[in-house]
Order: sequence, then C-alpha cells, then structure tokens
Amino acid sequence: MASIRKLSRREFVALGLVSGSGLVLASRLRGTRPGSAEAFQPNAFLQIAPDGTVTIWMARAEMGQGVRTSLPMIVADELDADWSRVRIVQADAHPDRYGRQMTVGSTSVRSGAWTALREAGAAAREMLVAAAASMWGVSAAECRTEAGYVLHSASGRKAGYGELAEAAGKLPVPARPKLKDPSSFRLIGTRVPQVDATEKVTGRARFGIDVRVPGMRFATVVRSPVFGGKLKSFDPEAAKRVPGVSQVLEISSGVAVIAEHTWAAFEGARALRIEWEPGGFAMSSADFEAEYSRRLETEGIVAQREGDARTALSAAARRLQATYDAPFLSHATMEPMNCTASVSAGRCEVWAPTQNPQGSQAAAARLTGLPLDRVVVHPTYLGCGWGRRSRTEFVEDAVETSMKLGGPVQVLWTREEDLRHDYYRPLARVRFDGGLDGAGNLAGLSARVVSTPIGVGGGRPDQVDRNGVDGIAGSPYRFASFLVESHPVITPVWIGHWRSVGVSQNTFFLESFLDELAAAAGKDPVEFRRGLLADARARAVLDLAAAKSGWGSRLPAGVGRGVALVMNKESYVAQVAEVSVERGAIKVQRVVCAADCGRVIHPGIVEAQLSGAIISGLGAALHEEITFEAGRVRQANFGDYRLLRFPEAPRIEVHLVPSDAPPGSAGEPGLPPIAPAVANAIFALTGRRLRRLPLRLDA
Amino acid sequence: MPPISLTVNGRRHTIDASPEMPLLWALRDKIGLTGTKYGCGVGQCGSCTVHLDGRAVRSCQTTVGSVGARAITTIEGLSPDGTHPVQRAWVAEEVAQCGYCQSGQIMAAAALLRATPRPGDAEIDAAMAGILCRCGTYDRIRRAIHRAATREASNG
Repeated sequence: MASIRKLSRREFVALGLVSGSGLVLASRLRGTRPGSAEAFQPNAFLQIAPDGTVTIWMARAEMGQGVRTSLPMIVADELDADWSRVRIVQADAHPDRYGRQMTVGSTSVRSGAWTALREAGAAAREMLVAAAASMWGVSAAECRTEAGYVLHSASGRKAGYGELAEAAGKLPVPARPKLKDPSSFRLIGTRVPQVDATEKVTGRARFGIDVRVPGMRFATVVRSPVFGGKLKSFDPEAAKRVPGVSQVLEISSGVAVIAEHTWAAFEGARALRIEWEPGGFAMSSADFEAEYSRRLETEGIVAQREGDARTALSAAARRLQATYDAPFLSHATMEPMNCTASVSAGRCEVWAPTQNPQGSQAAAARLTGLPLDRVVVHPTYLGCGWGRRSRTEFVEDAVETSMKLGGPVQVLWTREEDLRHDYYRPLARVRFDGGLDGAGNLAGLSARVVSTPIGVGGGRPDQVDRNGVDGIAGSPYRFASFLVESHPVITPVWIGHWRSVGVSQNTFFLESFLDELAAAAGKDPVEFRRGLLADARARAVLDLAAAKSGWGSRLPAGVGRGVALVMNKESYVAQVAEVSVERGAIKVQRVVCAADCGRVIHPGIVEAQLSGAIISGLGAALHEEITFEAGRVRQANFGDYRLLRFPEAPRIEVHLVPSDAPPGSAGEPGLPPIAPAVANAIFALTGRRLRRLPLRLDA
Repeated sequence: MPPISLTVNGRRHTIDASPEMPLLWALRDKIGLTGTKYGCGVGQCGSCTVHLDGRAVRSCQTTVGSVGARAITTIEGLSPDGTHPVQRAWVAEEVAQCGYCQSGQIMAAAALLRATPRPGDAEIDAAMAGILCRCGTYDRIRRAIHRAATREASNG
C-alpha cells in the first residue's frame, strides 16, 4: 500500500499499481469548505481485491449513529457490490488520505459527503465495466452490473469484480462518473442488518476502554477541580501505599496514578493529597445568574435583524415579555474519557475512542516531537460521543503518561473526573419581547441571548456567539420583524458542542415563547406556527405530526398535548408530546415525531437516531443540570447528574416523510423539539408556563 | 493474601487480588473479559451488570471476596455464539446504538426473563430502571424484551 502516499490533487485516484492488490480507489470530497485547505478531500477509500472482496475504509467515528453501516451502503450501492462480500475497516488517522476524519455536526452523510461516496462507488463500477468491455471486445454501454458482476447480456458473458479488479486498476479514473437514478438503488433506503449488531450484543465490540496491549499499565489522571487551576504540590505517599499502585507522576494536566489494574489506580487517585493553585475562577451558579441578569439589561451585539422589530413592538396592540433559562449540561457519555498509548523510541501508537483522529495524531506528534508518520492512531468504537470526543485532552494524558513511564498505558478518567471536566453545553438565558397586532398576528419579535461561547475562554466580547443564537437566528419561521442580539460571556469553564449544539436550548426557548404568543393571540399552537412558516418542508412535518398525533382530538382527563418544531442541519422535525403529572412529577406518555431528513440511507438507523434523541433530550428536559460552587462543578456522578431512566421513557412513534432532497442530519434534529413540546404540553394541561430547564413543577 | 477462585462462564480462574476488589475490575483487568463495562463505579449506571447464579448484580458493587462458589456469567458467556434469545431479539430490533451499555442491558434483560418468562411492562420497568443508556435505546429495549419473551414462549 506504499503507493497510497502518491495521491495527487485529482478528484479520484486509482491506486491499482501494486501487483495483487486489485483496484484501489480513493475519492475526494469536494467543496465542503470552499476556499479552505479542506475543500478538496478524499473521504472514501475502497479496494476490490482479486478474490472479489470489497473493502471500504471507514474514516468516520462510529458512536452509535450507524455510519459503519450507512456509509459503506452508499458506496456499495453505486458500485453494485455484493453486500455480503463487503468488508468494513476502521481507518487509522491520516493527515490527508481520507480527508477530514473529524466526526461532528452530522456531516458524515450530508453536506456533500453523500455525493462523494456515491461517486467513489460509481467511478469504480465504471472502471470495472470498462475492463470487462475491453476484455470481451464489446462496448461498455452494452454491459450492466449486478451484485459484484459485470454482465454482457447479448453474449451471456459474466465476470466477477475480483477477476476484473487488476485490469480495472490500470484504467483512467472517470472524473464525472454517472450516478444511479435513485429508483435503481438496491441498498440505499433498505434495512440491511447493521454490520456491528452482533459485536455489540456479545461484548466483542472493542471500545477505547477495552484496548489491551502487552505490558500495559492502567492509570487515571486527577485534574484541578477548578477550571484554570494549576498543580501546586502533591504528596504521593498515601497513593503509593495502595496495593497495585506503582507510580505517581506529574503530567501537564495534573497527576497520573499508574497501577497494575484500574481499581488500584482509582483508589490511589482517591488517596492522593494534592494542593492546587486555584487560579482566578471562583464563580458559583448564583454568580453566573447575576452576571447573566446584568447582561440582559443592556443591548447585545446584533446577530440577526429583519425589519424594525423595536418600532413594531412599541406599536403592537399586545406585548409579551418572558425570560428563559437553560443550564450547563454534560455529555455524560457512558464510556468515560480514556485513551491507550504506547510511546517508544521513534514511534507512538494510540488507541482512542475519538471523534477527532487527526487532531489526536497531531497532539501526539506535538507531545512526542515525532513526525506524523511515526504516530499511529487507531480509532476504536466510541461509547457515545455527542461532540465530547472531538477534544483531545484524554489522548494527551495517555501519550504524556506513556512517555514518562516508558511503556504502554491506558488512562481512564473516573466518572467523577469525566463529569467535572467536560466541555459543557453553554449556560444560556434569553429575554424575548413579542408584539401582536389587533388580529393576533405576530408583528415583531426580539430575542436577547446571553451565552458562553464554545472553547476554553472561547469567543470574544465584541463578537456574536453564533452557537449561542443558532436556532433562534436562522429558524424556519418568517417574522414580520425580528431582532436577535448576542451577549457572549467569556469563561474559563470548558464549553463544547453538545448534541445539536445551540439549537438544543434555543429551540426550547423559541418554541416555548411562540406557544406563549399563540396563547396570548387565542390561536391554536399548530395554526399559529403554520401562519409563520413559508418553508413547505417545515409545514409538512408540522402537519404530519399533528395528523398522526390526533392534534385537536380529545385527550383523557389529566393529559396535555404540546407541539414543537425544528429545522436543523438540513432536516425538519416536529414532535407532539402527551404529558401528565403523576404525584407532582412530569410524566411523558407518548411522543409522535414527524421528520424529513431528506433521502434516508437506512430507515432503521434514522428512526433510532430520532427516538434516541427524544429519550436523551427528555433527560435534559427533566433532570440534567451542571451547577458551580466556587469554581467547581457540584455534580459528581449519576446520582446527582440524572439521565433519563428506563421507566420514564415514553411511547414513541416516528414517521419519516419520504424525500428526494439530499440527506440531512439524522443524529441531531430529533433532540431540540422534545423539551419545548413537553413544556407546551404542561402549559396546555396546567396553565403553568415553565421557562427554565430542567422543567420543574415545584420551582 | 490468599488467591481467590472465581468461576466465570463455566471456567475456573484463580487470581491474586484483594477480597475487596470489585468483581468488575477482576473481570476486566485480571481475567481479560472486557465485555462488562465501567460507567460509574457506584452502582448507578448498570453498565457493569453480570449474573451471579443467574441473578443480575452490579459487578462494581460486588467484591470478589463475596462471590464465593457462585457462578458468574458475563456477556461473553451468555451464549456460545450470540444466539441467546435476548441477543437475537436485540439484533432483530436494532437496539444497539453506540453499544457501550448494552452488555449491562442484555444481562439485566436475560436475568429478568429467566425469573419472569413473560414480563409485563411494569416488571420490565423495574428490572431495567437501573441500567442507563445515553443513546436513548429504552423503547427498542422494551420491544426486544417482549420479542424475546414471545419467542421463548413459542419455542416452549
């Protein structure tokens, strides 16, 4: 495979020059980021071996969103491969072989990846057909393909892809291969068994935490409990007395405890006595509240302006103001942050559950001083990601510990460290001001959003926090006049991308306030929204959710119904929640979800992403909250950071709108509507408007 | 410290460990069975669920010294080839997303069905309440448990 490094800046590159390797093809994804160095990227890599096996290297992270199945399906369909002979290999990190490997923002299928994957399969198919046509002395146009064979119907001849691969590999790669008409898709749109289903029910799927390397030690790292704090001193003696602990080391992020097994490392970390320089950050949640309240009283930076909302508001027949809040949230992936590294002279090998293999490779190269081609990063399965694993601190912990130790080591964060050193969803507050005209139409709307920008001390005080306003700005609604202002609050707290990012909290804010306006206007919530929607796809999912839920029909006593809608990453989702109150607690009985995610590759996966997002999002709606005390996160584990539990999960019905539009996001847009749908149902049931997440009736 | 004997998936293992060591870490780091997962270490997430004599326990809250002669079953030993009715139902209902918690979910479900072959929703709720899933697979887990129960019943 040495020839792989010879990739030129062409769209497709055949690499069938290595004898015996058959046809090897890399495709480049064009135009995801025009003008940037990333604009020209390969994102598919496939090989057709002489024995007919099709190998597809999967460069994206598998974290439950099913890309190990769906991405190869796209390539294999255009290739007309025999699906039973397709082998999927997780690609190691490489600076440019596979294009951008970062798996974030639901970009694995949408945003051009879909077309590039199809073109890769189609190009290989055309080359195989050309090879067969040449061998038989017939025109390529007379040949067709089916399940791993090229067929020439007129003469009844047939050749397997394997026997054609070597010859095909020597042919020029078509620059613009002809793509299938979607009506002839054989895999796309079907429910093929997911390739990792059996591994994941037998315990064989290897996550980061399951990596075992000969001679490997087990370690954990303790960081400053206060963001921005530094290590002052530590006493390793008590830790070293824990049986099984071998070493206690200072690394740049804190203190690493190395042991014969994880339990000893954890017990050693518990026994450590560490003094920290706290740094300058000492805020408690009450301080954030005060700061956010203060910001709400001043004008923010304009993020979106349509018409003159202020004038419209002052002229309105009826005005409504309300303030909404959403807390910091943790990703709380079930697999805590971890990484295994083995650094030796001239080589660094890393096994990591990472959404960011290239960033991990670059970080390891920087720490070790090794060139990139001496740093191997093997991505494992991810025990959930949600954006958390796009960061690399846990990789750096393992690489640095291995360097100091001089041998292989697995660093696993305790749940407590994981929860207290997350990149949290931002704390957010918004004040809405809405004006209705005499007929109850929305004449003006303004939103002043206070939020913490993503990063570590990220954002700038004089710049709009785009993630902070996303979902209020850029919603599917058309408002007669609209003003969105942003107030970025810069903090040393680590702030990150959480599932559906800013849209997750902003949909709660906007969809709740629209419900308030509908009630004030005396209008039905669905009808009120319809009147503000010009986008046909948005209307279609709203109508479908209403129809399937029996919107307007009588509900049993004690049950309320609420609706919410989102447009997120090229997909549209509307949800109707039916909610009751049982012994003072909110109980969600049923959720009807209508979604237009564009063309669906695998309906089973898309439905799972939507229902999963509803269940996870319900946890955030009802329970999840990170709070601060003197610069430290108060929550420690799942006892005080509550995820939704099994008995709380509602009945869920997912209805997909058939669509020929390019694929949109499946993983993210199912989450944002659930919190406002539930809050709106609570209002319908009780007349109480809950404006703060998590939703609490006793607040 | 005398060696500790454990019977895991029908095989006897003798390990050098403190009797206080949680079974979770003995399985993962001493015996090399990594299908059982760490999620919280305090018995709140259930990712570490295994069977002791067929009953579901949290292995992070079970010390190796307390196991005695009881038979330990992990996800690797639930069936020789992944064909336990619960595993087949899990595949058929496409339950797993990231898959990390699924060993615990499957072991809890298998223990439930062993004790209660045709559980109602309330019994399923009670048996599964202790196992967290971040991906949100609970609705499919419920369907899979019903499917496995039906299949078991129809197979007599």
